[in-house]
Amino acid sequence: MTISVPDTVFASRPRHAPLQARPCASALMIADEAGSAALLSLAKLAPELMPRSTILICSGSDATAAIRDLQPARLVEIGARTELPAALRGLLAEARMGLQAYIAGAEDLIDQAVAVLQTAGLPPGAIQTERRGSPARRMQCVHCKAITEGVTSDPYCCPGCSRSLYVRDHFSRRLGAYQGVCVDAETPGIVPEAQEISQ
Amino acid sequence: MTQVLRLTQKQPVSPRITRFRFEHPEGRSLPVFSGGAHVMVTMRDGEVLRRNAYSLISDPQDSSGYEIAVQREDQGRGGSNFLHEKAQPGMMLQIGAPVNLFGLNLTARKHLMIAGGVGITPFLSQLHEVVRLHAPFELHLAIRSRNELPALAIPDAAQVHVSDEGSRMNLTEILSTQPLGTHLYVCGSARMIEGVLTEASALGWPKDALHSEEFLAPAPGVPFEVNCARSDKTLTVGAHQSLLEALEAAGIDTPWLCRGGACGQCETDILACDGEIEHHDHWLDPAEHCSKIMPCVSRFRGALLTIDR
Repeated sequence: MTISVPDTVFASRPRHAPLQARPCASALMIADEAGSAALLSLAKLAPELMPRSTILICSGSDATAAIRDLQPARLVEIGARTELPAALRGLLAEARMGLQAYIAGAEDLIDQAVAVLQTAGLPPGAIQTERRGSPARRMQCVHCKAITEGVTSDPYCCPGCSRSLYVRDHFSRRLGAYQGVCVDAETPGIVPEAQEISQ
Repeated sequence: MTQVLRLTQKQPVSPRITRFRFEHPEGRSLPVFSGGAHVMVTMRDGEVLRRNAYSLISDPQDSSGYEIAVQREDQGRGGSNFLHEKAQPGMMLQIGAPVNLFGLNLTARKHLMIAGGVGITPFLSQLHEVVRLHAPFELHLAIRSRNELPALAIPDAAQVHVSDEGSRMNLTEILSTQPLGTHLYVCGSARMIEGVLTEASALGWPKDALHSEEFLAPAPGVPFEVNCARSDKTLTVGAHQSLLEALEAAGIDTPWLCRGGACGQCETDILACDGEIEHHDHWLDPAEHCSKIMPCVSRFRGALLTIDR
């Protein structure tokens, strides 16, 4: 039996779609290496956005040169993903309504960036996301609250409490992380074989 | 839910606006409400039953009475004239329970309120909440001339724009200088609401931060016939009658809440249509225009209309 979920039902998992240009006073674009291609496509469709855009590139790469050629109003490059929240908060300090955010890249980059943007007050309706590259997830262990970046297998071992955690689609928008729960609570010690996360 | 309340105060607050206060005849507490809520006032005007929605302007936490401010609309269907001319202190009126289609979004970092004329009314109850929450707010009121400024509890911080005096609102500047997390609320004429929302969208404000309220009076039009399939009746809707009023007059039960095309309660399926529906509501998606009608404000022009009522 196939259970079809109507579109109107609240979906816990964030949904991603190709970035589309929207009218805005200013734009903030965030991408990693894989996501840069999505920004290049967006710029091709809407070059007029570029003079109003700040682009933040995570884990500088070969793609940065192509992004620089787009001549955004401002280009910020950060090395490691761990610098993302602070860099974003800095860029948002003086932001005003009318800002539209475009995020492209790995699942965990998107989820973390969205959480920072929403904490800064940007309404969800002003944020677009397009997944390019890795489906690796940011996971929070619901038991010890440790957040693990880049989880690619299900179940995974929590580095905080060593429990084997089931990777579910239950997503916390506040934290920008999926919620992992103990996979062998009912059957202690019986842990299913780990599988690669494919989507 | 409806209760019969006594009109206890009637006080002009501007040349066209009058404030009315209603209390329970035995002094009982009324249900509290939330800022931006409205009540449906039912008026028995001779043979005619009039129902108009008015925003509550009193403190939402004050259960001792409900206050509304009504602008006299000489070109209107008669409800506001009835209140201005015929309603007198001591009179009993049916007042519906408060309903809110224009509540504050409590996740907002700041509330930006834009009112045109009598559109100030829903903000007056919201301001009590904003002050209680210590939430930042900015209130702009646009009026045509200074004497239109109603003698109501408008805060000192409000920015009043008087077009006669040339102090028009600079909408672009207002919308360009708001911190992240600001929610915009606009209440006024259809034209003003459209103008503000269009400008905000063009400046990048997302829909989820935009809120508006306009009470539509059912537009008059050409009389038309309607077949009600479930009740097996054919009705004629008069020129100054709404389809909803015609259904009610024929004893056909139709749910309703706002009677102004905003809440969605009276949404009705169209079973057959040979002609043109005149959609006046704010509820239906254009994609639904062939399959649904809002009987509170919308009309029909053509050969045949069959609805699921």
